[in-house]
Amino acid sequence: MARIAGVNIPTNKRVLVALQYIHGIGAAKAREICDKVHIPDDRRVAQLSDAEVLQIRETIDRDYMVEGDLRREVAMNIKRLMDLGCYRGLRHRRQLPVRGQRTHTNARTRKGKAKPIAGKKK
Amino acid sequence: MARSIWKGPFVDGYLLKKADASRASGRSEVIKMWSRRSTILPQFVGLTFGVHNGHKHIPVNVSEDMIGHKFGEFAPTRTFHGHASDKKAKRT
Repeated sequence: MARIAGVNIPTNKRVLVALQYIHGIGAAKAREICDKVHIPDDRRVAQLSDAEVLQIRETIDRDYMVEGDLRREVAMNIKRLMDLGCYRGLRHRRQLPVRGQRTHTNARTRKGKAKPIAGKKK
Repeated sequence: MARSIWKGPFVDGYLLKKADASRASGRSEVIKMWSRRSTILPQFVGLTFGVHNGHKHIPVNVSEDMIGHKFGEFAPTRTFHGHASDKKAKRT
């Protein structure tokens, strides 16, 4: 068991993959971290020495914003837009796509499941 | 694609003059303007602009957070009052 960046306990997987279980670390950053700490691609989390785990943990703490901090920053950015009263803020408030996508059809990710309209059928 | 930095922020020239004049006069009045495409600059903070939305001028009180945005972002051009059966939708 390896605890890195708070609550994340990925194990039995290659370090490169396991690191991506942390919110804010994807393929690119996992690769960066592995390169910095000199861990070969095929090493599993279970095979890491304590020193290596510590090194990874320090690298992440020092160089990356992950998990809670990252989520907070993203939420703050959105909140800033909403408080500002700008167009992007309005779109966030109304749970609609922010970047100019069409909403005539689609946009279901933002709008949620389609709501039936009463009396639409003939 | 984002705008090149060497060009600096885009602002319609007449706004700078109007902003200066408004500051000099010392009175807080709405500066009517049509240039929705202009970037909000630090020297506009504290002034009130009437940004045209195609219909009328929406008063926008420029605050520090707004720097870097465009004026047009603060004056919506569309009014959507919701659909007939849609009771909760509303927009200011």
